[in-house]
Amino acid sequence: MSDDLTQLTIKEASRLLRLGSISSADLVTAHVQRIERVDPKVKAFLRFTPEVWERQANEADRRIREGTAPPLAGIPLAVKDVLCVRGVETTAGSKILGGFKPPYTATAVQRLFDAGALMIGVTNCDEFAMGSSTENSGYFPTHNPWDLDRVPGGSSGGSAAAVASGEAIIGLGTDTGGSIRQPAALCGVVGMKPTYGRVSRYGLIAFASSLDQIGPFTRSVDDAAIVLSLMAGFDPLDATSSNRAPMEVLNNFGGGVSGMRLGVPREYYDVKGIEPGVKAAIDAALLILRRQGAEIVDVSLPHTDYGLAAYYIIAPAECSSNLARYDGVRFGMSDDDAPNITEQYTQVRRKGFGAEVRRRIMLGTYALSTGYYDAFYLKAQKVRTLIKRDFDAAFEKCDAIVSATSPTVAFPIGSKTQDPLSMYLCDVLTLGGNLAGLPGISVPCGTSDGLPVGLQVLGPQWGENLVLRVARAYEQASEIHAEVADVV
Amino acid sequence: MPLSKDEVRHVAVLARLGLEPGDEDYYAEQLSGILGHIERLQQLDTEDIPPTAQVVEISARLRDDEPRPCLTQEEALANAPHAVDGFFRVPSIQEET
Repeated sequence: MSDDLTQLTIKEASRLLRLGSISSADLVTAHVQRIERVDPKVKAFLRFTPEVWERQANEADRRIREGTAPPLAGIPLAVKDVLCVRGVETTAGSKILGGFKPPYTATAVQRLFDAGALMIGVTNCDEFAMGSSTENSGYFPTHNPWDLDRVPGGSSGGSAAAVASGEAIIGLGTDTGGSIRQPAALCGVVGMKPTYGRVSRYGLIAFASSLDQIGPFTRSVDDAAIVLSLMAGFDPLDATSSNRAPMEVLNNFGGGVSGMRLGVPREYYDVKGIEPGVKAAIDAALLILRRQGAEIVDVSLPHTDYGLAAYYIIAPAECSSNLARYDGVRFGMSDDDAPNITEQYTQVRRKGFGAEVRRRIMLGTYALSTGYYDAFYLKAQKVRTLIKRDFDAAFEKCDAIVSATSPTVAFPIGSKTQDPLSMYLCDVLTLGGNLAGLPGISVPCGTSDGLPVGLQVLGPQWGENLVLRVARAYEQASEIHAEVADVV
Repeated sequence: MPLSKDEVRHVAVLARLGLEPGDEDYYAEQLSGILGHIERLQQLDTEDIPPTAQVVEISARLRDDEPRPCLTQEEALANAPHAVDGFFRVPSIQEET
């Protein structure tokens, strides 16, 4: 089978499968061959799951023959290493969870399995999803398929790189401060973060529970809508999942942008450190949207400069609490020689956690500790209110917000690892969406110096249909589609 | 607001992190840099602003208190490094007196 089968969208692959031109087994074989050729260079995957895909491919082929194929029958899926899959080693990119085989499957993944998707493997990520480059993985860094000396972004860099290099048609990621949208931008694919509560977090290894959301990487906006609509919807196993109808995601997003008001926040447009090539690509995108009949309006998000500071209190505080469970007792790494339990906790966590995770646990523990709670955590929660109000006010003046996804294109591996703050600034245009719980998407909008640039569209809460509508109108009018990198 | 080495040590003990030699200096410097950025929050007057813990309007949902299937004892223990006789085994939690 040729590489042609590894460049398809869900829609294209489904058509070939339903016509009987190819089988699920053909599609998976083409992907395995592609992976054998490119993954030694890209290193998107931590583990492969032939025992899972073989069973799922047989089932998909049977159902296609019987004419009862579900929507994703036979479509290869890459799953970020923070989403539990029953019986498949899941480690959150961390040594501390080495060998952990979850006894259950995350709801979002199970829904895609039920829709017929085939799991190809588990993708690399920053440890516990903390990072913007996938260099914080406890295992190895992933490389950007467009330039192997550069990062794919993160934390969901493995899933983004897998879709960008023809190793899977769907990638699953999680987004706490930009961890889907930023790697999608840096790898030149579509990545979507839903409204907080849209997709169940059951079975997601928690980083910051009030910010985490699961979402897809795909090669088209239509594909993102398909995957999101299948994952979305109420789950009794996640108390924060919403009972809004998932299909409203798909309502009427093909209507174009004529007459829509698209807000350009001046604080995002002129954000510190934005590269001229990124700005030029965004200007070109705004022109295309205007030509399609959108009104581009100036809006302001006055507390943008405080977003990163609030985020780096709230997310570490939640992480320091969530990661207290890694104690060497119930799962993962252990210490056989510890004389008492306190020493066991300390030794396991000393050996098991990498530097970024330790930094954030310390920052969060400090912010929550006696005497500092009001000055840090409570203050950050109040600033979160101000940031949410900024977006509420902006959405009075516009239907959706557009900006760059990342101020920069993919940066060289190793260039930001010694300076945590410079790494954190990668997410300056995305983390506001998490603090305010908004849906957002990144779509490819050209290149700068040969590297992909992403256009971010943010909508009001539960406004996935608006976000998809703007993204789709841009994708159609620009004729810029996610492409598969050659990987050389 | 710089973080001292003593504070790093204190926080590491609270979080049971276990420091390596040289870690106190390393983290004191890095965390001080991050806290230096975070300090800007103090510029904002938030006296009358309510805190936000959760951004979407979802109120606590209750379900009927009925027994449901859950993990078996075997499944719950399957990942434990030291399971013994149906229990999680841990080192001593109290010193002998």
